[in-house]
Amino acid sequence: MEKPLTSKLRPDGTAVDIGAYERAGGYQGLRKALELQPQEVTEIVKRSNLRGRGGAGFPTGLKWSFVPMKADAPRPKYLVANADEMEPGTFKDRVLMEGDPHQLIEGMLVSAYAIQADIGYIFLRGEYRVSAERLRTALGEARERGYLGGNILGSGYSFELHLHISAGRYICGEETALLNALEGKRAHPRTKPPFPQVSGLWGKPTIVQNVETLCNVHHIVQNGPEWFRSLSRSEDGGTKLYGVSGKVNRPGLWELPLGVTMREILEEHAGGMRNGLQFRGILPGGASTDFLVEEHLDVPMDYIQVQKAGSRLGTGTMVVLDDKTCPVGMVWNLEHFFAQESCGWCTPCWSGLAWTEKILLAMEQGTAQKNDLDVLKFQTRFLAPGNTFCAFAPGAVEPLQSALKYFNDDFQRHVDEKRCPWRQ
Amino acid sequence: MLTAEEEKEIRDELANYPTRQAVCIDAMMVVQRHRGWVSDESIRDIAELLGMSTADLDGVATFYNLIRRKPVARHVALICDSVSCWIMGCERVREQLCARLGTTLGGSTADGRFTLLPIVCLGACDHAPVMLIDGDLHTDLDEHSIDQLIEKYI
Repeated sequence: MEKPLTSKLRPDGTAVDIGAYERAGGYQGLRKALELQPQEVTEIVKRSNLRGRGGAGFPTGLKWSFVPMKADAPRPKYLVANADEMEPGTFKDRVLMEGDPHQLIEGMLVSAYAIQADIGYIFLRGEYRVSAERLRTALGEARERGYLGGNILGSGYSFELHLHISAGRYICGEETALLNALEGKRAHPRTKPPFPQVSGLWGKPTIVQNVETLCNVHHIVQNGPEWFRSLSRSEDGGTKLYGVSGKVNRPGLWELPLGVTMREILEEHAGGMRNGLQFRGILPGGASTDFLVEEHLDVPMDYIQVQKAGSRLGTGTMVVLDDKTCPVGMVWNLEHFFAQESCGWCTPCWSGLAWTEKILLAMEQGTAQKNDLDVLKFQTRFLAPGNTFCAFAPGAVEPLQSALKYFNDDFQRHVDEKRCPWRQ
Repeated sequence: MLTAEEEKEIRDELANYPTRQAVCIDAMMVVQRHRGWVSDESIRDIAELLGMSTADLDGVATFYNLIRRKPVARHVALICDSVSCWIMGCERVREQLCARLGTTLGGSTADGRFTLLPIVCLGACDHAPVMLIDGDLHTDLDEHSIDQLIEKYI
């Protein structure tokens, strides 16, 4: 089985340096791209059926096709790597950046060439210090070898790439909030339209892509869209980094064909539940995805099937709920995170999530009121898509609404017994 | 007053951005790297250097949780409290740490040795519970390993 994203990673966890990267075929995708017309690169990525790996799953080539490409297009154009990995339960982009930083740089170069971007930023969360050190080294190496800067490899194409270290806050992962953060402002999301592809960073055309998405791009150009689609068991192309955390025997991260089933990941790779524990549910793609349960274990982990099952592929990193962990406590923990990380821009979000968290905490502490379950259900409607400024709050209530559906008896017990049955 | 070194580091960043304001987060992080936190005086100095109002800059400073507007102890422990770490027992680790050091989350020890702060998911969920101390990641924590770990930070 081919693993284009992780086959070069070293078992000792050190970074692949430029020499090793080039010996393994590195920067050949860039060379090939530079021989093509930019629009041809976009067309290849479109045909590969690559979809965004950051959570929303937007088709990558389609996104690029909205960037103005005529000679009179506004300049400079920007490409931004969203390396602000902060979705609770998600630990994939860090592994890619720490282990193979040149892979991200090459993926960015080919993507930048496709949209004819002049300047790029890697928007990296501040806590990822090892990633920062290794990317800095790799950027220096790439500049030295002529892969970055003016007239790259004699092609006439120029691209500057900078590392931006962020100072925290989950909302920075929202692409328009990220742009405000890069401009040195509070990271509130922006109104859409205009979309960043047309008017993004400092009002110029901008593409923002997740790290894992970008890491695929040069492999696609080098090996072709048919090859990329053949890696997948789904309509969408490629492999996917799948992770599992929670009380399984072997928590971890694996690159697998897109569309393997949840059962295969949990049982064959994560080694099943720890001794004596029963599986109760799972967040398939990070904190802002709906719970799925036992009956969904044979659902293929791809964009379409997970959505059909009532959730989202999200980041593809799963969090497992076992029968000795309180589902209400888990949802409280999730809503505590979302209430804290709400940017405060729109009232339904900051107010509704704080209220939600307060009720869940009361349930855990045994002080919930009889009608609190109704209030929680009200909040899931109140914070549904269309009622808030961005997708943050609708994402925040996904685990809540599905927990109320699958674990309703557990919520009811907290209210009736005036205590958390899982706490001594 | 910004030191010459701080000012140089901030000016180096200016080359990477088209506006001066874009550098303001980097600038505050530069000062924090040297001084541990960002004081009102530093806010004024950075704002002046970058042509911003102090109110605008403080608005940015207070938005981002990694920018510290209060002094901290010699070592800063950021304890992950997100979902995977919660499932794997971060509450017990945190209680043990607070008891051992005699302080609370958000507080500092009386001897100025440790500041304890919560942090969101650190992206090492397969090794939960985890924490950062002075930027270094520590994984697979439990009530026992935490005691030995903090001994290394004098």
